[in-house]
Amino acid sequence: MKSAKWAGLALVAATLAVLPFLLAQAGTSWVRITDYAILYCLLALGLNIVVGFAGLLDLGYIAFYAVGAYAYALLASPHFGLHLPFWVILPIGAALAASFGVLLGAPTLKLRGDYLAIVTLGFGEIVRIFLNNLSRPVNVTNGPQGVAGIDPLRIGGFSFAQASRWLGLELSGPVKYYYALLVLLVAIIAVNLRLHDSRIGRAWEAIREDEVAARAMGINTTALKLLAFAMGATFGGVAGGMFAAIQGFISPESFVLVESIMVVSMVVLGGMGNVWGVILGALLLSFTPEVLRWTVDPLQRALFGRSLVDPEVIRMLLFGLALVLIMLFRPAGLLPSAVRKRELTGRAA
Amino acid sequence: MSALLEAEAVGKRFGGLQALESVSCAIAEGEIYGLIGPNGAGKTTLFNVLTGVYAPDSGRFSFAGRDITGLAPHRVAAAGVARTFQNIRLFGNLSSLENVMIGRHVRTRAGVLGAVLRDRRTRAEEAAILQRALHLLDYVGIRARANDRAASLPYGDQRRLEIARALATEPKLLALDEPAAGMNPAERLALGQLVRRIRDDGTTILLIEHDVRLVMNVCDRVLVLDYGRKIAEGTPLQVSRDPRVIEAYLGTPRAA
Repeated sequence: MKSAKWAGLALVAATLAVLPFLLAQAGTSWVRITDYAILYCLLALGLNIVVGFAGLLDLGYIAFYAVGAYAYALLASPHFGLHLPFWVILPIGAALAASFGVLLGAPTLKLRGDYLAIVTLGFGEIVRIFLNNLSRPVNVTNGPQGVAGIDPLRIGGFSFAQASRWLGLELSGPVKYYYALLVLLVAIIAVNLRLHDSRIGRAWEAIREDEVAARAMGINTTALKLLAFAMGATFGGVAGGMFAAIQGFISPESFVLVESIMVVSMVVLGGMGNVWGVILGALLLSFTPEVLRWTVDPLQRALFGRSLVDPEVIRMLLFGLALVLIMLFRPAGLLPSAVRKRELTGRAA
Repeated sequence: MSALLEAEAVGKRFGGLQALESVSCAIAEGEIYGLIGPNGAGKTTLFNVLTGVYAPDSGRFSFAGRDITGLAPHRVAAAGVARTFQNIRLFGNLSSLENVMIGRHVRTRAGVLGAVLRDRRTRAEEAAILQRALHLLDYVGIRARANDRAASLPYGDQRRLEIARALATEPKLLALDEPAAGMNPAERLALGQLVRRIRDDGTTILLIEHDVRLVMNVCDRVLVLDYGRKIAEGTPLQVSRDPRVIEAYLGTPRAA
């Protein structure tokens, strides 16, 4: 049992290790697509703490992604002439995002469900509008033009943007970022799993299930809700920093409401509260549009001789259909979160 | 016997309704104190102002020599008052065991760092939480249900699970809001035994109950509320002979 588990884990690790080289055969763009899919996994796992564990529906989550991205962009680009190293910016971005999480959490402590969703939605828009307009009187964010020329991720002398050869292997920029993102993903999965199965995770679940009873059991719901917002925001901020580094350019347009909704959909579609379900949801929703982009046009040309429907239209149609089907047939998500069972030792029950 | 909980002239008004009017009582350590009264008499309101769900408009509570008036519910729980709910409020989608483990929250300390790093102290604390929770499930007699979803338990077991969860907070005072509601006579009898056993093991009990036989059987003293006012207090026998109590429950006899 134990060795089978390790063998499975080794197999998954090996697959993930060679994956970018296989994808590179199909074209570097697929590696890039995978990078963005992992970014979405990071976001969805961060939001999972807020929505899945603590049950706080947050429709403005992308704001924390924006805060992290702008923190990185402003501290490592020609815009302010600052070029701080990655390991300095990462904690700053994470801490800044966390404080924004508390900033959002504090006024919404008494709100639940739909009302909380509306306020968080507003918060997300406020952040985006600020980013759009903070170019006057002092140019902080450079407004709608965004920030360009952002430094790529660099650790020591190792740059993640340039292609290099290593042990005879061609390592392109996206392949390097793939590994960096994979490390982050593994870390965030570990944090998610461990938090879930801990005193803190149980307290979050108690709040999700019944806030009144949670309070009566001595749980400080105020502190724990703020903690959930701060933790989720931290992961969003880290993902945002990575996004800025990979992209090299960011503008407020990347942080629109649809993005927030997309991340919430990933969590809900995959299975709120279940780490593997959330990852599945994130991968499905980030890869499907790309697969469609590559198949819909050629398919139509082969069938009708010309392109009749734009892939983008089909994508939204399928997206809507998928959500309706999920609501009808798997309301708890593709991989719903199950009741945690423990192996009980000692006296037989 | 010293008073564990003292309520002094506690009042609570909801709009035009005086739900509690200057209610005073003293619960001694180690007793089973009953709280009875017709529907709408203010029993659950007294529970709610005691446990911090509502702030009282007037009066004060002192518990174990400490003023706990108007404290937030989680602080009241930390001070040593645990409660169950009239309409069961379990964490329905979690297992019975986890429900009880959540009850340990207030007596344990692990934070985010401990949870993520799983250092030796956190692991030891988790193991202790698990053992204690299993022990409590055993204590109330539903250990076999440990891994079942709480909402899937039979009604009587859900009541027991709520008691186990409350006991997990190590209360000095356990406040039970109609624990026998919806139980059959055999279950009521077993519940009465459980309540007595909890008291014998050192926890003072405040019991709201409609079932007169249960109250007569287990309570040492009883407080009777009617329209938010205290109309009688004493042993079950004294109270059951009190003309005002009979009137509150049965109405005034027609003049002959």
